Amino acid sequence: MTQALKDLGDYIAAALPNDVLETEVNRVGELTILVRTASIVKVMSFLRDDTTCLFKQVVDVCGVDYPARELRFDVVYHLLSMKHNQRVRVKVHTDEDTAVPSITGVFSAAGWFERETWDMYGVMFSDHPDLRRILTDYGFEGHPLRKDFPLTGYVEVRYDEEQKRCVYEPVKLTQDFRNFDFLSPWEGQGPLPGDEKAEGSR
Amino acid sequence: MAESQIKSYNINFGPQHPAAHGVLRLILEMSGEVVERADPHIGLLHRGTEKLIEHKAYQQSIPYFDRLDYVGTMAQEHPYVLAAERLLGVEVPLRGQYVRTLYAEISRILNHLLNVCAFVFDVGGMTPMLWGFEEREKLMEFYERACGARLHANYFRVGGVAMDLPPGLLEDIAAWCETFPKVLDDIETLVTENRIFKQRTVDIGTVNAEQALDWGFTGPNLRASGIAWDLRKSQPYDVYDRMDFDIPIGKHGDCYDRYLIRVVEMRESIKIMKQCVKEMPEGPVRAENRKVTPPPRAEMKRSMEALIHHFKLFSEGFHVPAGEVYAAVEAPKGEFAVYLVSDGTNKPYRCKIRPPGYVHLQALDMMSKGHMLADVVANIGSIDIVFGEIDR
Repeated sequence: MTQALKDLGDYIAAALPNDVLETEVNRVGELTILVRTASIVKVMSFLRDDTTCLFKQVVDVCGVDYPARELRFDVVYHLLSMKHNQRVRVKVHTDEDTAVPSITGVFSAAGWFERETWDMYGVMFSDHPDLRRILTDYGFEGHPLRKDFPLTGYVEVRYDEEQKRCVYEPVKLTQDFRNFDFLSPWEGQGPLPGDEKAEGSR
Repeated sequence: MAESQIKSYNINFGPQHPAAHGVLRLILEMSGEVVERADPHIGLLHRGTEKLIEHKAYQQSIPYFDRLDYVGTMAQEHPYVLAAERLLGVEVPLRGQYVRTLYAEISRILNHLLNVCAFVFDVGGMTPMLWGFEEREKLMEFYERACGARLHANYFRVGGVAMDLPPGLLEDIAAWCETFPKVLDDIETLVTENRIFKQRTVDIGTVNAEQALDWGFTGPNLRASGIAWDLRKSQPYDVYDRMDFDIPIGKHGDCYDRYLIRVVEMRESIKIMKQCVKEMPEGPVRAENRKVTPPPRAEMKRSMEALIHHFKLFSEGFHVPAGEVYAAVEAPKGEFAVYLVSDGTNKPYRCKIRPPGYVHLQALDMMSKGHMLADVVANIGSIDIVFGEIDR
């Protein structure tokens, strides 16, 4: 299975040399293709129509946020080929300002997934027919799945008996949100705090 | 003579409508009684599950999965534990795999019973709902005897299941498998050849094979459109490769076919459950890997090592090696999958949940266009949506 996926990755990379940046089969045996952002529609059409690929279904599109990177967002597409019983993961890198071409023209199913990615991460998709927010509240501000968005959010809603309507207020916590740091330093998680002093005195 | 013009108008369907199966708000653009556009507004049940999971240790997130599709809950836990197991490289003991398969099938019947009966209820038949819920209650009792909860099971664990089945449970499940087909026959005599039911469902919301692929259909909805695809057969997990069962395939892809597929799938699930009960091996139900699964209570009383493991597991949790994995299962509603990105710590870096209902609801506009208002209700009932998983 892994060998077949490696061959498939090589085949795709050879067929689209200018669009595919990297192919990799990871240790759990899944093929990942990193693609140039501007070529995503071309790659998707190829993956759908080529006889050795025939990835007829997009099963998932989602974002991942890596704030430390310059192009901080990954948009990850998962495709499924029922003919060959294979899956492939396609990734593109982008940031807040660069729009990713929408693949709704290739797969209709991508429409809501891209709306969700926009809603959750603020990744823009160009040529999307209907790029509205989907899961968050009407009038919501911010993109909640970004790593710099706090878990508690910024506003809370309650029904105000005097004004007879729902009101939005800044979040008030009676107890601070506790985020325990359980990372044990002896399992290769990096140096112990304070170790740098010993290094400096030497 | 002045021509009278019928203006198109909008109808707001839901969010509190009994046929909306939860909190679906549907903006329908109508031309007379014909639907021109259906625009579902979802997210009214959005709880930020994915964000919460990013802030919890791996084993603390399992209860969130019960609260996605709250109809057949264990089927949701399944892909999550599979994903973590694949990244960790943990082998599940055979009995654990059998128990998971058995309960995944119980979840399937729980789900299909509710969906079939609620669908019939939506289009005017009340009796199956009452009969179906009686059986569902018995199944939830099996849930309760295994894990202590009727709905929100929290039973599957990374490396197996939380605890072994109590004595006598397998015999009772086997006995139920004998009586249930009779109830299913009763429901079918009321519904399957019923003239009113057929008038409401045959050739309504037809989806052909090409559309089904384009719109990302999975599960029973895909099979109703005539595509033979089931992850239990094609990419088997746990012990599905040892099971002998058939995959029902529809021909027309209309609401009636989707109903029929679910009924036949329940009968196939019974077959799988019987095999699980018959072949259930002895042995542990959890991996004996103390870095991932907690030690038994008795051992903790005597062994320092076990006590440390227990403490570390329930405070820090286990660390999952960095990497990413996409684990999908054939949940009752379709392909339910978890895309897990780990950065090597005790919390997932990203956990994307791929709910089947989300994709199916997206296609509602395509399915309902040109149908009457009442057919929208039939369409919603037949694609089997639950808002816990769609809104997440």
